[in-house]
Amino acid sequence: MDTLNLDRLSKLEGIGCSRKRREDPRFIQGKGNYVDDVKMPGMLFGAMVRSPYAHARILRIDTARALALPGVHAVLTANDLKPLNLHWMPTLAGDVQAVLADEKVSFQNQEVAFVVADDRYIAADAAELVDVEYEELPAVVDPFKALEPDAPVIRDDLQGKDSGAHGARRHHNHIFTWEAGDKDRTARVFENADITVKESMLYQRVHPCPLETCGCVASFDKVRGDLTVYITSQAPHVVRTVVGLLSSIPESKIRVISPDIGGGFGNKVGVYPGYVAAIVASIVLGRPVKWIESRTENLSSTAFARDYHMTGELAADADGRIKALRVHVTADHGAFDACADPTKFPAGMFHVCTGSYDIPNAFVSVDGVYTNKFPGGVAYRCSFRVTEAVYIIERMVDVLAQKLGMDKAEIRLKNFIPKERFPYQTPLGLEYDSGDYDTALRKVMDAVDYRALRAEQARRRADPQAEWLMGIGLCTFTEIVGAGPSKMCDILGLGMFDSCEIRVHPDGSAIARMGTITQGQGHQTTYAQIIATEAGIPASVIEVEEGDTSTAPYGLGTYGSRSTPVAGAAIARASRKIREKARLIAAHLLEVSPDDVEFDLDRYVVKGSPDQFKTMKEVAMAAYNNVPEGMEMGLEAVDYYDPPNFTFPFGAYLCVVEVNRYSGETRVRQFYALDDCGTRINPMIIEGQVHGGLTEGYAVAMGQEMPYDDAGNLLGATLMDYFVPTAVETPTWQTDFTVTPSPHHPLGAKGVAESPHVGSIPCFTSAVVDAFAHLGVTHMNMPHNAYRVWRQSHALGLDKR
Amino acid sequence: MSKKTLVSFTLNGKATDVAVEPRELLIHTLRERCQHTGPHIGCETSHCGACTVDIDGMSVKSCTMLTVQAEGSEILTVEGLAQGGELHAIQEAFMQEHGLQCGFCTPGMITRVYRLLQEIPDPSEEEIRYWIAGNLCRCTGYQNIVKAVQHAAKKLRGEAVQSSHALMAGVAN
Repeated sequence: MDTLNLDRLSKLEGIGCSRKRREDPRFIQGKGNYVDDVKMPGMLFGAMVRSPYAHARILRIDTARALALPGVHAVLTANDLKPLNLHWMPTLAGDVQAVLADEKVSFQNQEVAFVVADDRYIAADAAELVDVEYEELPAVVDPFKALEPDAPVIRDDLQGKDSGAHGARRHHNHIFTWEAGDKDRTARVFENADITVKESMLYQRVHPCPLETCGCVASFDKVRGDLTVYITSQAPHVVRTVVGLLSSIPESKIRVISPDIGGGFGNKVGVYPGYVAAIVASIVLGRPVKWIESRTENLSSTAFARDYHMTGELAADADGRIKALRVHVTADHGAFDACADPTKFPAGMFHVCTGSYDIPNAFVSVDGVYTNKFPGGVAYRCSFRVTEAVYIIERMVDVLAQKLGMDKAEIRLKNFIPKERFPYQTPLGLEYDSGDYDTALRKVMDAVDYRALRAEQARRRADPQAEWLMGIGLCTFTEIVGAGPSKMCDILGLGMFDSCEIRVHPDGSAIARMGTITQGQGHQTTYAQIIATEAGIPASVIEVEEGDTSTAPYGLGTYGSRSTPVAGAAIARASRKIREKARLIAAHLLEVSPDDVEFDLDRYVVKGSPDQFKTMKEVAMAAYNNVPEGMEMGLEAVDYYDPPNFTFPFGAYLCVVEVNRYSGETRVRQFYALDDCGTRINPMIIEGQVHGGLTEGYAVAMGQEMPYDDAGNLLGATLMDYFVPTAVETPTWQTDFTVTPSPHHPLGAKGVAESPHVGSIPCFTSAVVDAFAHLGVTHMNMPHNAYRVWRQSHALGLDKR
Repeated sequence: MSKKTLVSFTLNGKATDVAVEPRELLIHTLRERCQHTGPHIGCETSHCGACTVDIDGMSVKSCTMLTVQAEGSEILTVEGLAQGGELHAIQEAFMQEHGLQCGFCTPGMITRVYRLLQEIPDPSEEEIRYWIAGNLCRCTGYQNIVKAVQHAAKKLRGEAVQSSHALMAGVAN
């Protein structure tokens, strides 16, 4: 490329540039606009009264003392919501969830009453004054015990219903059973296999814990009859549709605005009782009502992640060639199934669990179970249960390697789907778009000098005095992101397309809006880069907006790393529509046939005559003044993109840990992460996504958990115990990449943001277990905190001086 | 509810009076009375540091201080860092090094770093990580924040410094 073009190219700041973020100037000056920054005339503040019990009947709620407190305007209970039929609300999983508890509470900290007062201090005082009388019931916290014949009934409201949203229910605490694959054929392969291995593991309940908690400001204008809601929502259009369905207000009179969001991480996909209560309170009082939850409320009542009890089995030849996979999962969904998933997939995309390997036979089954815990399941960079899927297969491959005495890298290289087999049909019904796993793993092994690490480990193992055990973890994962094709995927009946609208102004600048919503992933920067490259408009003059349902085109929101695969594709296609119209206008201005005009970065050039051209800026002005006869004026385009398939990014991660045999302390010595997400829009932003995701992975694997005691008390739902690493604990990350484009995506780009979380967690476990592998340890449940690792060390007698 | 107290302090160089109940937390006064919504609230156990402001030469978690305790003090928030439309070197560095994503921890983080770099103008990576350990971030994994602090430190010491994320690095081939 000549210098001139490079100069023009860099001015565009398009695809592939490490463009600095458009969002930053406001955030670094405290000028972001997050929900709790919103202040409206007459605005009141709402606070929840929550259940101290995990399972109890509500005998009586006395609101008199709270209502008598000066500054209190209302105290809502289920009785107030019943006439509106809003004491229960539908969930994305096809179940219902109590908005305010009616006859009973089913998890600790469940919403019982909503106090509305002049400000948050008075609201907190008043919440203390609401007097609730409970009759405690036995709590069920173990999902296996929940399915025992005489287990307490958690959901009285469902009694007598022997089928739910996802088929038959065989027990009062059973939610669904979901299966994929060929059960009988898989069973036959297991019967005849040379080698079989089996391991049970728990992917523990954790929480996405975005730094900004959930909240909203609901404002119903009684005069205009319209509702405006500022909200921490990752899917504001879906919220608008849901609110419309629940309230009977037409969607045209509901405006949902997701302003700047202080991180979502899947926590802000669903609708929470606080939103509903604030909306109802605003409708009743005719004034804006703000609700902002505390950290404890966030950690104890909004969407958790994981809680999959998994048993994996692999069948293989004696030489390590995998023949079959069988997995059973008992999924703890809490008291209401509010698990965010495409409607037809109650276990999300768990069936990607054959991983990066050419496994001819597989069968998975998932049983969802109610317990006296808060609802959720899908959140925290899980890509709809892909975290769990990758964890089980990666762990099982390690277990198999150990049984065979094979190196864990070697067994992976042996079983990888070869790159020429893509698009690859998995035995569980997915079609992987592209991949080159072998190259990726070998690149990582070379970068870290894998052979030398193994040699060092062998020396360490041979030394009986070594205080620090050495573990090497590997994870070679395949993600599935970009939900998704409307024939497979919908949210409450809405196909999972996404959208983009671009309008070019006469001066050549542009406004673009999408149906997704950033929570820090940099869409306002990267989306403009796509338009810059595809339509030749400098990113610096493209305004990108998301989140306002009155202005942005309808979309399904941002989660499941779907923004680049789905909205990114819509952006490219809308840009190309603009480019095509601009070409016709340029030809008209240049007085040549459109066939003789070609697009070149930021202009339209007559073929063979590089001096004869019209810039995009010139074309934009002409679009409002001088267009070919019969052409509509203006220059704008819309695209609603229904993807033909998911995208399947992949990665190869390697981790080296040192484990202290006396204390159980684990130090991460090295973590090397190679991600391949196809075409890279902005390498700087990808790297930031990876750093953040790896840090979450470290937190989940090494410390995060949400334990319950037998009475159903949630332990550690504050930052006193819930492990969020600081800069001191967080390891230094090394990142790398290869580029294997998605053949079906207009840009070849795949999603990536959840990959680092998905891939790093099994990598950490792989490393910690590897530290004990020479002593016969095949698996250790997370989190690998010092106490738990010490227990392993102690059980092996390693802590004896 | 108890009686309100008149409290006077200097906020980003400007004399400010507020009438508050003794129980009012400084973070709420700053955000709700003074419209300085840069400092944020991320927890109620004093861990996250999103509410960090600079008070009389100290980094303070303003969720853990009563407004009445701020009587007579000099308070600096993230809103007061840029001068005459010019970003402070730390703000510029966070942008250049991609030290923020959702931006929620950023005002507290930047305010903390403002004090840190006055206490230790040339900190090692270990010192940076240790001295920002009162500030949690969920997006960045801290690594680029460390780079931003190093970038700002260099700039404040008058050394030449460039973004470690070259604009065209991925494009030229």
